[in-house]
Amino acid sequence: MKTTILAAAALAAGASFANAQQLAPSPTLDAIKARGNIECGVHLGLPGFSFANDKGEWTGLDVDYCKALAAAVLGDATKVKFTPTSVQQRWPILQSGQVDLLARNSTITFSRNATLGLNFQGINFYEGQTFIVRKKANVKTAADLDGASVCVAAGSTEEKNAADWFRERNLKVTITNFQKNDDAITAYDTGRCDAYTAGVGALAGQRVKLKVPDDHVILTQPISNDPQGPVTRWGDERWQLIVRWVLNGTIAAEALGVTSANVDEMKANSKNTEVRRLLGVEGGFGAMMGLPDDWMYKVIKQVGNYGESFERTVGMGSTLKLERGQNQLWTKGGLLFTPPFQ
Amino acid sequence: MSEATLPLWRKRLFGTPATAIGTLVIAFCIAWIAVPFLRWALIDANWVGTSRNDCTAGGACWVFIRARFGQFMYGLYPVDQRWRVDLTGILFLLSVLAIVFAPKRLQLRLGLSALVILPPLGIWLLAGGFGLRPVETREWGGLMLTLFISVYSSLIAIPLGILFALGRQSELKVVRLVSILFIEFWRGVPIIAVIFLASLLLPLILPSGVGIDRLARAVIGLGLVIAAYMAEAVRGGLQALPSGQREAATALGLTYWKATGLIILPQALRISLPAMTNEFIALVKNTTLVLVVSILDLLGIAQASLADPAWVGMNMEAYFFSGGIYWLICYGLSRWSRALERRGRQRQR
Amino acid sequence: MPLTKALALINDKRVRDWIYQLALIVGLVALTVYFVRNASQNMVKAGIASGFDFLWRTSGIDVPFVLTSYTQADNILGLFWAGVANTMLVTVIAIALATLLGFVLGIARLSSHWLLSTLAGAYIEFVRNIPLLFFVLFWYFGVIAALPAPRDSLSVFGIAFLNNRGLTIPLPDAPANFRWAIAAILLAWLAQWLVAFWARRRKDRTGRDAPVVAIGLVLVILVPILAIAWASLATRWDIPILRGFNYRGGFVVIPEFVALLAALVTYTAGFIAEIVRGGIQAVPHGQTEAASALGLRRGPILRFVTIPQALRVMMPPMTNQYLNVLKNSSFGAAIAYPDVVSLFMGSALNNTGQAIEIIAMTLAVYLVIGLAVSALMNWYNARIALVTR
Repeated sequence: MKTTILAAAALAAGASFANAQQLAPSPTLDAIKARGNIECGVHLGLPGFSFANDKGEWTGLDVDYCKALAAAVLGDATKVKFTPTSVQQRWPILQSGQVDLLARNSTITFSRNATLGLNFQGINFYEGQTFIVRKKANVKTAADLDGASVCVAAGSTEEKNAADWFRERNLKVTITNFQKNDDAITAYDTGRCDAYTAGVGALAGQRVKLKVPDDHVILTQPISNDPQGPVTRWGDERWQLIVRWVLNGTIAAEALGVTSANVDEMKANSKNTEVRRLLGVEGGFGAMMGLPDDWMYKVIKQVGNYGESFERTVGMGSTLKLERGQNQLWTKGGLLFTPPFQ
Repeated sequence: MSEATLPLWRKRLFGTPATAIGTLVIAFCIAWIAVPFLRWALIDANWVGTSRNDCTAGGACWVFIRARFGQFMYGLYPVDQRWRVDLTGILFLLSVLAIVFAPKRLQLRLGLSALVILPPLGIWLLAGGFGLRPVETREWGGLMLTLFISVYSSLIAIPLGILFALGRQSELKVVRLVSILFIEFWRGVPIIAVIFLASLLLPLILPSGVGIDRLARAVIGLGLVIAAYMAEAVRGGLQALPSGQREAATALGLTYWKATGLIILPQALRISLPAMTNEFIALVKNTTLVLVVSILDLLGIAQASLADPAWVGMNMEAYFFSGGIYWLICYGLSRWSRALERRGRQRQR
Repeated sequence: MPLTKALALINDKRVRDWIYQLALIVGLVALTVYFVRNASQNMVKAGIASGFDFLWRTSGIDVPFVLTSYTQADNILGLFWAGVANTMLVTVIAIALATLLGFVLGIARLSSHWLLSTLAGAYIEFVRNIPLLFFVLFWYFGVIAALPAPRDSLSVFGIAFLNNRGLTIPLPDAPANFRWAIAAILLAWLAQWLVAFWARRRKDRTGRDAPVVAIGLVLVILVPILAIAWASLATRWDIPILRGFNYRGGFVVIPEFVALLAALVTYTAGFIAEIVRGGIQAVPHGQTEAASALGLRRGPILRFVTIPQALRVMMPPMTNQYLNVLKNSSFGAAIAYPDVVSLFMGSALNNTGQAIEIIAMTLAVYLVIGLAVSALMNWYNARIALVTR
């Protein structure tokens, strides 16, 4: 009797030890499970990326990513709550632990990575900074903006980018920095500025907020590369792993042809080992992160792969009508890439 | 118009040639501003419809306000739960009325019990839990949030303010110094910075894992600032009391707190009530600043609704409507404060 | 025996007071230590850098309206000073204009003309009960935005141009002449102050009036006009010309500045008007009656009897209003006026992420300027206070 208890205790201790060896502790994941939802920091309101309608329902590319994360971690894409953040608040809100991650079309930069205690977990949108101008101003490229005044959101990468770009070319441009994107776009619309600068995708989203969207044109040539993706705090490596690989998983799913429509069929019948590993049929990949093995199955079933999400939120199926461009898969001439599920 | 009023009216406006010229100039200026405004707001305005396309008359598009009225009042509070907000509002109003019109000897007791019961009850009704469906603060908004922040900030500010006002008058040097530092610090910094500070610093200085709701942070930040202003208002009342009051109370053998609670404060607060009301008005106006931390109060909801692509270009309507509500609240309160002041002065005579 | 002694000690008021104060100090220190420890732990855990090294990093932020020599290539400390200078600029001008408009409104409120006083009253009631943010947004998005585009600018004598990008005014190519002019003006004002001082002394001694006002007109008004006129004519001017999108050359007073200034002035004037009215009404009626019985006319009564006494009542609340203007200038952040909140607590905070240091510095700016304004007003208050000889 005694020995059996001791043996059981030893076994339990051994098992828990083995378990601990496999899985690093993840306070963020524990907190999410205890809370029952993911706290996701998003943009205040950028159609196509994160926008709440008048009933408080969120849609957009970044929002879809948060939903995918909720499906992977909690098995239910609706178990996510969105915290709208301004340009100023986003880093402190993440740093102080008020959100689990930011999916807030924020550009990856060296100094943010190095000095703010932040890690960028991959790229979910290749953005390029450009300008929206009035059609009648007859501007073809950014260089034509010499002497113009430009509205921009303060504290964004665009603020510095634009200043650097014009200075390098000896062009005199007045840059007016607003605390909120919406104020900057309103100021542009009322004629305070000749141009408003932001990423191509953001501009396509903001354009619908103009009084007469057709009077304006978005310059096609970007002046910079602004890769954007989900951001986490330093520390808690396992949580970072999950954030990174859910994004990779949605890209891999598109590359492997797994969609929300055929995911059941693929899970049952696919002979492709990578598909089988992705959907949790073999390999036990989910368990390695402390998630159920069918984590990506749930993501694709409930949210869809990257391509589906793109078309629905910013692509041809949306009001933004953006081309895939750089955001096309690497196999089809774009930059979107994922390391293999191996 | 009766004959008795006509000459007065005429004398006031056209008594002397100089007066008459002044009247004409001013009347012209008023007409110059008021006529286009009235045309926009009333004559050319659009009242019925469902979307922006129904606004064709050129004037204000009040259709927008009608469509968004629920949000202006309640923010994103779930529609089927809004009765809870109404109920909370009615409860608060009724208890204020009850206290004001109760017989004198009951007033204090009623007020204190309302102070103990109402705030937690209000939070329970609004936030839910314990049998009610939970509604998170991120869904709160609009006028309801403006009033919530104002009331709950002043629930922090008034007791703290009284404490610091007493501290500033204290004989104990350390207490006095601490009170002065507290009051002058918060009075010296802009509220926009304080709200920002509260939202960033509070989570940082508490042990990790202790989360405070972001609405609570804004309420605490505003409460601390207004406490400093309230303290100055109360100090006015304390200084207006003759020092004989405390001396007499002490001579009767009352301890400091008893003398303060029974003799000094009731009189001092009565004197400083108008000043405190003015600080409350300032507080209501300053709640607009919570939009720097993306909390959608009445003005915040107005701005957010402007970003809706379906209702582009409704700036004037949104600002006019929300500004009007702020004006009504603050103007009502300031009339009340002035009536109090007048009554106080009459009592002194 | 020791027990009763101890009890006696506790019952001694002085001892008890010491214990209370000691407890308060210990409590406050403990609380501070607790907060600081939590903060440093949280920051280490989050990987946030601390310290003030970031101030010497290159800022890279372009500021459209600078009074200092700041450029985009300067460090963040330079950005901070540029913001402080802009805050001070708008505060000082707003205080001056709000006082002026407030006095006009306050006196209009007391006017015997019924319509004028009612109108002033309505304006005051309107302004005092609306949040300042509405004024800022109204002036910026409502009024300034309605100005014409650069091509249709309102031209002022062909040298200054008003449009929705602001007011473009000519700028002197060589500022040296203006330095001389300003020096001359300051000298003239100093001379006037000395003259007034001498005249008062002489009047106290001999009872004779000196022509202070006539000398003052020359020194305070004519000399500056001549000095500025000389400097303007002797300098080559950079006159703005329309090229491309906007006027080139000259100095641009940005619309954000104008809108913030207009909002602060129109809002604060409502409060100052009430102070002025209260101050004037606080002067007992007997004073004016006595003065007119002495044969003084309306103007001198206002100047020598009413206003000096009213000022005494008005000074403390005026100080509060001036401090409010300083604090309220932070509302400029809502409309992109590059003040210290917008530049430092906005842009710089975002680029460096060092929230605690930046917020502390920003608050310190307001506290220091606020203390300076209070000190100045207290000095003035003491000067005009009732002197009992």
